[in-house]
Amino acid sequence: MMPWRMGEGDPQRDAEGRLRNLLAIEGLREGEILEILDSAESFLGIGERMVKKIPILRGRTLVNLFYENSTRTRSTFELAAKRLSADVLNIAVASSSASKGESLLDTVDNLLAMQVDGFILRHPEAGAAHLLARHLGERAWVVNAGDGQHAHPTQALLDVFTIRHLLGPISERVVVILGDILHSRVARALIHALSILGCPQIRVVGPRTLVPPELQDLGVHVFHELEPALTGANVVYALRMQRERMDSQRLPSLEEYHRRFGLSAARLRLAADNAVVLHPGPMNRGVELSAEVADGPQAIILEQVTHGLALRMAVLARLAGGNP
Amino acid sequence: MASTWDLSTLIDSLQRDLQARIDPQSCVMVGIYTGGVWIARELHRRLGVSAPLGELDISFYRDDFSRVGLHPEVKASRIPFSVDGSHLILVDDVLYTGRTIRAALNEIFDYGRPDRITLAVLVDRGLRELPICADVAALRLRSNPSDYIKLRGPNPLSLEFLPGGEVAPA
Amino acid sequence: MSLRRRIRNLRLIDPVSGKDYRGDLALAAGKILALGEIPDDFQANEEIDGSGLIACPAFLETQFQAHTPGSGLHGDLRSELHAAAAGGFGSVVLDPDTAPVADTPGVLYQQRAAAEAVDYLRVYLSGALTRELQGESLSEMAALAEAGAQIFSQGRQSVADSQRLRLALSYAADLGRTVFLWPEDRCLAGNGVMDEGPLSLRLGLAARPQAAEEIGVERDLRVARLAGAAVHFPSLSSAAAIARVAEARRGGQVVSCGVSLHHLLLSAEDIGYFNTHSKILPPLRNQKNRDDLLRALADGAIQCLTSQHVPWGRETEGQTFAQAPFGIAAVQWTLPLALRLVEEGSLDLLQMIRLFTTGPAAVLGLPPPSLAPGANADLCVFDPDAELQPSATGFSRARNHPYAGWPLRGQVRYLFVDGRLRYCSAAG
Repeated sequence: MMPWRMGEGDPQRDAEGRLRNLLAIEGLREGEILEILDSAESFLGIGERMVKKIPILRGRTLVNLFYENSTRTRSTFELAAKRLSADVLNIAVASSSASKGESLLDTVDNLLAMQVDGFILRHPEAGAAHLLARHLGERAWVVNAGDGQHAHPTQALLDVFTIRHLLGPISERVVVILGDILHSRVARALIHALSILGCPQIRVVGPRTLVPPELQDLGVHVFHELEPALTGANVVYALRMQRERMDSQRLPSLEEYHRRFGLSAARLRLAADNAVVLHPGPMNRGVELSAEVADGPQAIILEQVTHGLALRMAVLARLAGGNP
Repeated sequence: MASTWDLSTLIDSLQRDLQARIDPQSCVMVGIYTGGVWIARELHRRLGVSAPLGELDISFYRDDFSRVGLHPEVKASRIPFSVDGSHLILVDDVLYTGRTIRAALNEIFDYGRPDRITLAVLVDRGLRELPICADVAALRLRSNPSDYIKLRGPNPLSLEFLPGGEVAPA
Repeated sequence: MSLRRRIRNLRLIDPVSGKDYRGDLALAAGKILALGEIPDDFQANEEIDGSGLIACPAFLETQFQAHTPGSGLHGDLRSELHAAAAGGFGSVVLDPDTAPVADTPGVLYQQRAAAEAVDYLRVYLSGALTRELQGESLSEMAALAEAGAQIFSQGRQSVADSQRLRLALSYAADLGRTVFLWPEDRCLAGNGVMDEGPLSLRLGLAARPQAAEEIGVERDLRVARLAGAAVHFPSLSSAAAIARVAEARRGGQVVSCGVSLHHLLLSAEDIGYFNTHSKILPPLRNQKNRDDLLRALADGAIQCLTSQHVPWGRETEGQTFAQAPFGIAAVQWTLPLALRLVEEGSLDLLQMIRLFTTGPAAVLGLPPPSLAPGANADLCVFDPDAELQPSATGFSRARNHPYAGWPLRGQVRYLFVDGRLRYCSAAG
């Protein structure tokens, strides 16, 4: 084989092609995603028992290595690992001190010296999880809990799990993703997950400064006006709007954003009956969603959190199993 | 050469033995996926247990998880009653090494603390590796590890046996 | 004192005359004494069998970062010149973005002293056009010229303010030296780390649109024309920008451009899963642009090829794509990489040699390197058929290159500077 064009193996997989790390949705097979979603359904029941814990990762040590603040993602990963009986080490590294101090890989090497089985990494830079996976090789596995603007695979999996759990197969649903697609790892991951599961129509909508027309290369329908994008949709996924987008002049103000793209009850009526509204959190009330929608019956944002726990248990069990 | 047994005769015998030991109004019953659930459904109906039937998938409790990983078709366990203080009838099809029952006992205790557990199996292969034995068994064999014994079902249920050793009714 | 050498049975390619013929080469007193028919009375004290080898003038590298002066962590003049010699180079122009920047005569004297101490290849110096390369205040260009600056250069920094650029170029024009500019619209380029396109969208990396370079070239061409300065763009990546330079040349403007081998051999796809060894400036572009670049090369719109050598030491490894520094250090494999382009039919052997010899010499204001009797014996003698696979590490202190394991052909056998043998590899 000529390595003429760079063609390294997929760093998510081991030499036999099995899923060894979860770095991105891109490159996963439909069967693999469905297996993870199916097992997450079983893990969902564990939260309802007296002892909310099962022994399958007993004796394993996982590290929650977070270079960015994220209460929700960090705590659901921690709880997921604990409910699987793993020992969990939480390490929060403020980005500012990380740039002064030791590098990511040096930190990880120190942890590896304590016999760690797997890492859950959140990092502000795209590709950090790939870097770590390549560095670790066979020594430990990696779950990407968000890397810069690149990927956030467990978020996408819990989103498609939630949609499937409440509405049935993805292959029959029209999904609208609303907001800052350009800078969103959540959107990127979700688009890949929906495509792999055969979603018949993925629409993205937002101002051109945040939703570049080139996105259609990812196989989505691009809209710059909310109303036509919402018409007939079964799922509306509103992304969080970051204040720094105003600083970089991609938007004039949050108020103007809400005027053009805020999801109000009136606009939501354009969507299909019983359409559901998701949001990855944390939410800015009155910006992405009106309070009426956020607190209304169609919002399933808290279900996402519950499902996130079960889904992350399924992912950890999948990666840890068979890799003693 | 494959042997089969008459399933309804075997279940009749299980039913008889259990009737002497339980109170259908107060006991609860749990079957272990997949064969144990089939047998338990039949017993549950015949004995008239009033609480709904529980179903257990012990995948999360297996002691060989590190080696084999998570079974992709793992089912959700369903225990639709309180386990605390109950007399629990645990039903499985074939008792072999005892590891499945150990895992099932572990899982049951994560739902609550029963007063008493009675184990009922269709076949006891006589090859246990753990100190776990059946209170009630329709068929007690002294089989070889090379023998193949499997319950097929659910419609109709049949017990399949491909011999490699001696069959000796207890 | 150098030996009197005779190299027999060579294929000789002279970029000046364009002649390609077989014969012997006689070297004496650092010069080419004769070629083809050697006078009967020539007494060599060393003879080399050149069967199967090609001789041409040694290559000239217009973009060479040796981190001298510098920390030494990322290589120094000795390690990097060794790699350059193995790649076929007899001369290099040092980049001005050293630590400290080559914006005072003192730094140039230091570089000169280092080059003399290493005493290896020919080293030309560049003086920073503006202080600290910031594009704001003029450096003391006359003093830099006196200290030996062959050219003035902005390194890899564009000048944001058009008026300051105009004044700097006007001032440099007085001193009769070519100015190397880095054309880019800085605001549009932003903090992009790769080309803007489908791949940057997928990887979620900050992107640098190709238009930033095209706007930069357009602006710099017009400002250079206003200033009456000779400018050179040492590494362009956009085929459209190169076409614009060619148009200006046809219009009589004194301007030239170079392209790196990397932009001709690689595209943005080679970044794959965040391969930091494919992170360069200007960024690798899409496949269509690469095809257009190869066409521009064949059409003669490009004056120089370069390996754009930027070594980074081990301390920079293990970083994310955004953190990793820009640059590829593959000067050691220049010859086989360039022969790859010849093998693919993108240009012929004579054209390739010209783009590494007479092309850069014209840009630098140096006499054209040739094989004519009397010329400096700066020679590259290579085996065009030897199989070679670049290793992850080579003579350079760095290993930031994406070519490890590529099956290539072509190896430098002997490299002479002033008739002195500077590099020699075993036939294998």
